[in-house]
Amino acid sequence: MDRVRRECDVLVVGAGPAGLAAAYRAAKAGRRVVVIDDNPDAGGQIWRGEQREPRSPEAQVWFERLRSVDLQLISGARVFQQSGPRMLLAETSDGNVCELIFESLVLATGARERFLPFPGWTLPNVMGAGGLQALLKNGLPIDGKKIVIAGSGPLLLAVAGYLRWHGAEVLLIAEQATSMRLARFGVGLVGHGGKTSQVFALRRELKGVRYLTDCWVVAANGEQKLERVTLQRAGKRWTVSCDYLACGFHLVPNLELAELLGCEIADGAVRVDEFQKTSVKHVYAAGEATGIGGLELSLVEGEIAGFATAGVQEEARRLFPERAKQRRFADLLNRTFALRDELKTLATPETIVCRCEDVVFDRLRAHDSWRAAKLQTRCGMGPCQGRICGSAVEFLFGWKSESVRPPILPVRVGSLLATSRHKNHEDL
Amino acid sequence: MSSPVYDVVIIGGGIVGAACAAECAAAGLQVAIVEAKMIGGGATAAGMGHLTVMDDSAAQFALTRYSQLLWQEVKDELPREVEYDACGTIWVAADDDEMQEVLRKQEFYSARGVEVEVLDAHAVAEAEPQLRPGLAGGLRVAGDSVIYPPCAAQFFVHRAVSRRARLFVGKAVQEITADGVRLRDGSVISAGVIVNAAGSWSPMLTAGLQVQKRKGHLVITDRYPRFLRHQLVELGYLKSAHTLTAESVAFNIQPRRTGQLLIGSSRQFEVDDAKVEAGILSRMLSRAIEFLPGLGALSSLRAWTGFRAATPDKLPLIGPDVEHRRLYLATGHEGLGITTSMGTAKLLVDQIVGRRPAIPVEPYLPARMAGAELAHA
Amino acid sequence: MPETISLIVNGVQVRMPVGSMVSAAVLTAGQTLFRRSVTGEPRGPLCGMGICFECRVTIDGEAHCRSCQTLCHDGMDVRTDG
Repeated sequence: MDRVRRECDVLVVGAGPAGLAAAYRAAKAGRRVVVIDDNPDAGGQIWRGEQREPRSPEAQVWFERLRSVDLQLISGARVFQQSGPRMLLAETSDGNVCELIFESLVLATGARERFLPFPGWTLPNVMGAGGLQALLKNGLPIDGKKIVIAGSGPLLLAVAGYLRWHGAEVLLIAEQATSMRLARFGVGLVGHGGKTSQVFALRRELKGVRYLTDCWVVAANGEQKLERVTLQRAGKRWTVSCDYLACGFHLVPNLELAELLGCEIADGAVRVDEFQKTSVKHVYAAGEATGIGGLELSLVEGEIAGFATAGVQEEARRLFPERAKQRRFADLLNRTFALRDELKTLATPETIVCRCEDVVFDRLRAHDSWRAAKLQTRCGMGPCQGRICGSAVEFLFGWKSESVRPPILPVRVGSLLATSRHKNHEDL
Repeated sequence: MSSPVYDVVIIGGGIVGAACAAECAAAGLQVAIVEAKMIGGGATAAGMGHLTVMDDSAAQFALTRYSQLLWQEVKDELPREVEYDACGTIWVAADDDEMQEVLRKQEFYSARGVEVEVLDAHAVAEAEPQLRPGLAGGLRVAGDSVIYPPCAAQFFVHRAVSRRARLFVGKAVQEITADGVRLRDGSVISAGVIVNAAGSWSPMLTAGLQVQKRKGHLVITDRYPRFLRHQLVELGYLKSAHTLTAESVAFNIQPRRTGQLLIGSSRQFEVDDAKVEAGILSRMLSRAIEFLPGLGALSSLRAWTGFRAATPDKLPLIGPDVEHRRLYLATGHEGLGITTSMGTAKLLVDQIVGRRPAIPVEPYLPARMAGAELAHA
Repeated sequence: MPETISLIVNGVQVRMPVGSMVSAAVLTAGQTLFRRSVTGEPRGPLCGMGICFECRVTIDGEAHCRSCQTLCHDGMDVRTDG
């Protein structure tokens, strides 16, 4: 088996906004930079597909910046194991293993949507909000399709706008947050200049789309795929026929690699100091992994981390006020879209919670810890390694995820052989 | 002296402790089970889950055979999540020497009523098309099965509890006292009989117990339903299990009902850390790929470890402790705890209540260790 | 370089723009069932970003490929569960 060895000064894991910003700043300061990402193209989630043709102004700026510096981008590669204090292993898209040796590491692993189980959520054509948007960016034809968007978070609005722009018929947006909270959010936005104009732009785009607060999906129905959804609001229920349900409950950070490396986690995010340094020597973190906060925060954190790895403290400091401002927005965001308790009662005893192993809610609630539940039901033992069901059971039962073990993503059995060959190589 | 609250208190809720609890309760005894963490969370969670006969000694055969018949009796009552699957085992012979071993095994098993079938090179390739070409053959043991051990342990616990056994989960035993156990939280459970079924932790509660921790690794793949039909074991497996060297690997693989493949096996002495070690994991997988070349390309989902409880003579300890009047041992099962949990439970209760055991208990008595020590002294 | 590429989904030819993912090709072909769960339920993509593994299909004979993370290539053979 071929093994590729790449040495660099700064390894950036994740080619979304935070990762690209960090990579750019480090490379501009003269460091040898490698960026590695699991997706086939750079851009993470928010800029999915924009490496080929940038659409948003920010993406245009940053992809152009990237082209102006010397760095290496490895796409379609998944980091799965740590093989030394400053060494990570990744499986590349051709099935080979890449050994990444670095001086500093920037974790820009981003976030994923939180999914909560409800009857029918496993039907084909029920997707995340970001999930449906990603599929659309990946080439799914959506023109004329009827979509219900539900769950929670500003992502619902962004997705609604994007879907409409591509010709989909957005029937309604069901936001579980209370109208009171959202009103406060609107008021709170006043202090965040750029955000308010974004919101107004969105409202224009979404003119005519019903945006219902205090509203959520209670069931999805259909034979072999989704046909209709049932919604609830203020004690009333009604059913809507549709082609797709785009349902996600805000975002949670991707922490697996940080946990594998032993980084301290606080409040469900990687804890970092003012220079974006984690508790592990030479490991930095930036973007959604340090706490959900949106695009601008990811960019500024990425830049600070990039400057920090290049030893350019002063440039990093200049960005502290902007980061502080974006963090205040992030706090407002997360307070607004906190999940209400009613969402814990959506799952019935027969509702599947673990999709990989088809474990139903009834079987899970018989246990009093994640570990016991996993062992007895195999929930969390499938290919998603607990990423989907883990966020759900944390909300439903308060169970926290456990320590991770390698491989942190499924890899070929053959890829697990790589380290021993490396050791032999060293022995020679 | 206070009167005992329970007839038996069993330390350890792994498959052995759980089976013992079920058997004690079935015999009408008042049972308490004390488990420090969770049912089936020790070696039980890292076992391959095979129910197999073993022929490396008469005593090993007797216990595994007896146990296997007990599993046959209970198999229709096992809940779905125990995943009982009568897939059978093929012992794989790589060369003519190993084929001789196959023939020896065939004679041994046939003479004792175990249904086996010798497979030549052509037949083994037909039975398992994913095996590499050039193997000499194998021995198919049709009566072997596989299960998912943690749920089997839970099944036994439920059986015990349905006969009024009392379960203490999340309670660690601090020490075994003269008439029971004292828990780490200070409380006391009194019992007429104490059973140490704490697996690799048993020496911590009974000083001088000749039980050593033996670490093992496992890997499970994604679903490949047509890849494998039987459990496969290389004939070198027993060499690995019997060796006293620090570390060894032996090829062992099992299909799960979903089509996932469970890959083992590795053995390490003198390692306390439960973390997955890349070096020995790699050796174990390399060995497996030697037999199944297509394995390298399959997607692996998880790797984990566990600690077997190993005794010097490869046989478990089932019976009264030589020092403590009320203490019995049910531990030291190394790689056969899943299979022999049921036989162990029977033999243990036979000795506690004074029933006639179905097979001789002498080879498993803790007293044999004391005898051996004296012989060496 | 051609603007579209042609691949085969369950024996049917599908044309997709360059840069599309296999998941979009499968849905374009009218196939909503990507895989069957362990209890036989029909499943399709959920997260769209390579984390849920619900989008797995067999590509050019290799099982368990995440179709949401795999770019379409000319002549690819894609098979879903039945």
